[in-house]
Amino acid sequence: MPDVAPAPAQDIATERTGWRAVVADWSADRRTFRGVSWGKAMMWIFLLSDTFIFSCFLIAYMTARMSTTVPWPNASEVFALEIFGTNLPLILIAIMTFVLISSSGTMAMAVNFAYRRDRVKTALLMLATALFGAAFVGMQAFEWTKLIHEGVRPWENPWGAPQFGAAFFMITGFHGTHVTIGVIFLLIIARKVWRGDFDQGRKGFFTSRSGRWEIVEITGLYWHFVDLVWVFIFAFFYLW
Amino acid sequence: MGDVAHTAGTAVPHDDIDGAELYHPHSWLTKYVFSQDAKVIGVQYALTAIAIGMVALVLSWLMRLQLGFPGTFDFIDPAAYYQFITMHGMIMVVYLLTALFLGGFGNYLIPLMLGARDMVFPYVNMLSYWIYLLAVLVLVASFFAPGGPTGAGWTLYPPQAILSGTPGGQDWGIILMLLSLCLFIIGFTMGGLNYTVTVLQARTRGMTLMRMPLTIWGIFTATVMALLAFPALFVGAVMMLLDRLLGTSFFMPALVEMGQQLSYGGGSPILFQHLFWFFGHPEVYIVALPAFGIVSDLIATHARRNIFGYRMMVWAIVIIGALSFIVWAHHMYVSGMHPWFGFFFATTTLIIAIPTAIKVYNWLLTLWRGNIHLNLPMLFALGFIVTFVNGGLTGLFLGNVVVDVPLSDTMFVVAHFHMVMGVAPVMVIYGALYHWYPKVTGRMLDDMMGKIHFWVTFLGAYLIFFPMHYLGLLGVPRRYHDIGQTSFVPDSAHTLNAFISVVALVVGAAQLLFLFNLFWSLRRGKEAGPNPWNATTLEWQTPETPPGHGNWGRELPVVYRWAYDYSVPGAARDFTPQNEPPPAAAP
Repeated sequence: MPDVAPAPAQDIATERTGWRAVVADWSADRRTFRGVSWGKAMMWIFLLSDTFIFSCFLIAYMTARMSTTVPWPNASEVFALEIFGTNLPLILIAIMTFVLISSSGTMAMAVNFAYRRDRVKTALLMLATALFGAAFVGMQAFEWTKLIHEGVRPWENPWGAPQFGAAFFMITGFHGTHVTIGVIFLLIIARKVWRGDFDQGRKGFFTSRSGRWEIVEITGLYWHFVDLVWVFIFAFFYLW
Repeated sequence: MGDVAHTAGTAVPHDDIDGAELYHPHSWLTKYVFSQDAKVIGVQYALTAIAIGMVALVLSWLMRLQLGFPGTFDFIDPAAYYQFITMHGMIMVVYLLTALFLGGFGNYLIPLMLGARDMVFPYVNMLSYWIYLLAVLVLVASFFAPGGPTGAGWTLYPPQAILSGTPGGQDWGIILMLLSLCLFIIGFTMGGLNYTVTVLQARTRGMTLMRMPLTIWGIFTATVMALLAFPALFVGAVMMLLDRLLGTSFFMPALVEMGQQLSYGGGSPILFQHLFWFFGHPEVYIVALPAFGIVSDLIATHARRNIFGYRMMVWAIVIIGALSFIVWAHHMYVSGMHPWFGFFFATTTLIIAIPTAIKVYNWLLTLWRGNIHLNLPMLFALGFIVTFVNGGLTGLFLGNVVVDVPLSDTMFVVAHFHMVMGVAPVMVIYGALYHWYPKVTGRMLDDMMGKIHFWVTFLGAYLIFFPMHYLGLLGVPRRYHDIGQTSFVPDSAHTLNAFISVVALVVGAAQLLFLFNLFWSLRRGKEAGPNPWNATTLEWQTPETPPGHGNWGRELPVVYRWAYDYSVPGAARDFTPQNEPPPAAAP
């Protein structure tokens, strides 16, 4: 309709107050969330959905733990490591948590440099994030191996309720899968940043759409979410 | 009515958003098979859903044959009967209704009704369909797997679902079922993110949320609910898979089977019920809300009246969606729970009746003194309203703990949920197909076949399910392969069962007539023209019919008014399209 003279957006909304104004803002023209790109909105909504998945896993685990009649293994003892003759409870988990939270720091810096269109620093920081993530998954593999050697199985363990092993492998496995996917995602995006895809408007292999710098921030959203979920798993599984 | 633009505004907001890149297919394969066009994906979803729905229809015939004429058909043994029940239920609820409403109508209508060129992520949208197809194929594969499909009942309750006494429990059946559900959820999530973001962030100029047609409101709210409810089913399915494959005991208590102590122990079957129904109850409204939305548009269009109480209709949809997340345990009254929980869930369940009643009254008030055209979409819409009220009223019975407990395991429940979430949404699907088929194909569906289809389906559904309520009150149990001779079920109940079965066969045959009509009218239907129903919404204003690639030619439409300007006093026609500019204001 080129013959219609466009007027400023605020003209369309007459003066409203209170809840009417809230509704009017939310039902705003074209976009409900102003300045939020499609990709970012999608990631937020996906994370909301994913939150429900992790919540269900954790609530199911807590239900199993509270309703079992057999004693639950003591996390401090199970997850302790013998280092230089000293028994350190939860030491591996502490390191893993530290590594993962540090990776959120490097990720945030990567997003910052992405906004400055600094290809090299963004790519390097994303690479660092991916390395932290890979280290996390590696330590998780070590933890799994250790527990399996000690006789922990999804259906039994030497110390108590069989649901301990089941919930442990399921929840940390599901989270580890998320981290692994995140690492792969980070590497792919870091490569694109390094190559300069987003400056040249190079088209994606699958989607045939040109990628944009904001994908770094979207990757960051996912990464921070995986990090946040770990905090809850840490609190509810290891510290409880 | 501040936030509803009844009167058209002249101000058009800035076009401050760059046009999206549109994927242009280069070959027949990328245009019609691996298509990224939401319209093609919508049709693919719809056809796949209808195809698998046909399987469910045949299964219902087989079940009715057994119930009506027990002992006559040798091949329907108890195991087969349970497999038919399970697959019929699961296919109808998940693979037909959910997929058709959200994947089918959602994909086709959202971009067109909002004035967008396509969904926001066409490639992900395409993946969504192919994963859905894979889920359907895995489901179908279980018919051919050793041991056949699972016979655990569509709710898949453990522990029986994975024990050897249940068909498919120790074979492939349950594994393929759970895998298929996981795939479905993954595929749906991909589609659902698309629908949500398209509605929120990709509308055309002038299309505020409060100007959207109610169809979109229904589909949008249902999609958001599905994104929050399916995770519970996903988790339940994963945990049951682990129980079955790895021998964990999430849902499995200590059990003795055939004199053998099983290795399971310490799990909670009730936990699965909570996870399942946290998905299962919103699922009822995931199916119902798109139906509510679509039926509002059908009624407004074919009664030539603006929808009564648009704002209330929107809020009712949103409130029903929110409430449906806190009523799930009313499916579990017979599992046993603390009376206070029963009280809570009964109360929340009954509260849902309020927004639902608002919707029903608003439909009636829209019809009130309207210029009702008794064409096929309107007939089906009216059929929906009465069926839904009917099923809703028995819902009030079952929502109360003390009434539910004696009725829960009887045919009364079967009659209730078939009325409210079987027949009612299916009525809307038919109404919607008769309504939008001209836009999809450019031709009208045959009227005579349609009329026969409607009357046989509508009257038949009542002949099937009304007697079934009565059977339930008599105490005829559900889930039984053969009730045999009992002291409390009179012989006349068997006659009634046979009657129901005969009607069910006839009603099923009428659906085949509809299927024939779909294909017959593709070539021989009357030419429809761009806007056969004189409707106001954007999808009828496309430059081409069927809409072409990119939907809108060079310029996106601009929206000046809400979707319900029918029979506006003083207007030249009895409908004013949403994209028609208002007459030039006096200087």
